[in-house]
Amino acid sequence: MGKESNLSETVFQMDNIRKSFGENNVLKDISVSVNKGEVVSIIGPSGSGKSTLLRCATFLETIDAGEIRYRDITAVTTTDGKAVYRSSADLQKAQRRFGLVFQQFNLFPHFSVLKNVMDAPVSVKKQSKEAAQAKAMELLRKMGLEDKADAYPGQLSGGQQQRVAIARALAMEPEILFFDEPTSALDPELTGEVLKVIRLLAEEKMTMVIVTHEMPFARMVSNRVVFMDGGVIVEEGDPEDVFGNPQQERTKQFLRNYQQ
Amino acid sequence: MSFSTMLSTMIPGMFRTCAIFFLTLLFALPLGLVVMLLRKSRFPVISGITKVFIAIMRGTPLMLQLLVWYFSPYYLFRLSISGYRFTAILLGFSLNYAAYFAEIYRAGIEAIPVGQYEAAQVLGYSKFQTFFKIILPQVIKTILPAITNEVITLVKDTSLAFSLAYSEVFSIAKQISSSQTSFTPFLIAGVFYFVANYLVAYAMERLEQAFKYYD
Ligand SMILES: Nc1ncnc2c1ncn2[C@@H]1O[C@H](COP(=O)(O)OP(=O)(O)OP(=O)(O)O)[C@@H](O)[C@H]1O
Ligand SMILES: [Mg+2]
Repeated sequence: MGKESNLSETVFQMDNIRKSFGENNVLKDISVSVNKGEVVSIIGPSGSGKSTLLRCATFLETIDAGEIRYRDITAVTTTDGKAVYRSSADLQKAQRRFGLVFQQFNLFPHFSVLKNVMDAPVSVKKQSKEAAQAKAMELLRKMGLEDKADAYPGQLSGGQQQRVAIARALAMEPEILFFDEPTSALDPELTGEVLKVIRLLAEEKMTMVIVTHEMPFARMVSNRVVFMDGGVIVEEGDPEDVFGNPQQERTKQFLRNYQQ
Repeated sequence: MSFSTMLSTMIPGMFRTCAIFFLTLLFALPLGLVVMLLRKSRFPVISGITKVFIAIMRGTPLMLQLLVWYFSPYYLFRLSISGYRFTAILLGFSLNYAAYFAEIYRAGIEAIPVGQYEAAQVLGYSKFQTFFKIILPQVIKTILPAITNEVITLVKDTSLAFSLAYSEVFSIAKQISSSQTSFTPFLIAGVFYFVANYLVAYAMERLEQAFKYYD
């Protein structure tokens, strides 16, 4: 019983993930699970495999071994030590469950802001234009961008573009939203406006996994922090514990370097 | 021969020149897409053969290619080539220009950041939707200037059809010029090519403008 209710809470789960690029073992047996409404921050030095982890979770990279599940949909399992992906129909269903916000925004430059946000709901989810547009305008309002609906991405600041990208991801109504360093491509003065909308989403209990180098933000916004180094999870827990009282030497060293 | 007689003798040639021009574009623009896809094929044999094809098309004179297309059915297979002239011209022009267009398309597609594909994939767009909605419009915008160059070259290249004695405007100009010992036909032909290119440049400019709604 207890186990079942626990399972239904788990929106996303990846178990024993292995991934290598040639000789380079980037993910070495990593397991992460995220509950509904939870905000998980992933921190760690450059090259530790954070982006690779998100790219595997979102099917942009294929894993070598392990298991990936989105609530009741299993996307990948492992037989005889080798990852087996499900049919493309199953993967498509799983794909509807998540969204991804990229470091480089990756907006479609030839679409207006409004079209960037409403096109996938219309073309992929087959929503009516009216419904998709109303929803898109609502999201843009939430992002403080309703006056930019007719602009093109090239006319916006980086911070505005990233907020459009967040709206675009939310328009597909994902159960979980992944962020890969959403503010790393931004000038410091634009970082705040993006972090503000992420914090707003956290308050609304949006389930999120955020790879970030913004330590104070991670500490404030997340329910759990995961510290990765060298393709393994070194330490994980409550942000106050991980930041305030890290147990592992590598975590301490990493956080020390950050404070300088 | 009066000026107006010369002009009216040359007008059918102008139409034939236009026919070569438009039919070459009609065949070469889509054929270039096919050549580009073969060039990017996963199978090394196919991409290798296509690479050699492109290298030959770009590395030898178009005039030579026209002669080969026209005469090889006779020299290789002893087939009659009467009535085959215009087909040979279209074959030569279309394949040659398809090779150039293929390389332009390829450069255009390779210039699209991989993030565009990844964003489309994560949002759930199909491969087909991704190509036609997301990638192709951006490719067209970036390659238009290069296409313009090729199209302008094509206007002038149509005169190479004279090597197969096809009576387009340049061949006729040459004939009249030698029979009448007059330079005027070349002037008429020159003005014709210039005006044609001016129109082409104008049309392409308008097309490029139409894609300037974003940057
Ligand atoms: N497509 C790829 N091909 C080969 N190696 C790759 C590829 N992507 C990542 N790597 C390697 O995997 C390792 C982890 O990279 P990853 O981008 O996941 O690190 P990261 O933790 O996100 O770093 P950063 O903080 O700099 O973004 C690095 O050694 C990187 O060189
Ligand atoms: Mg990264």
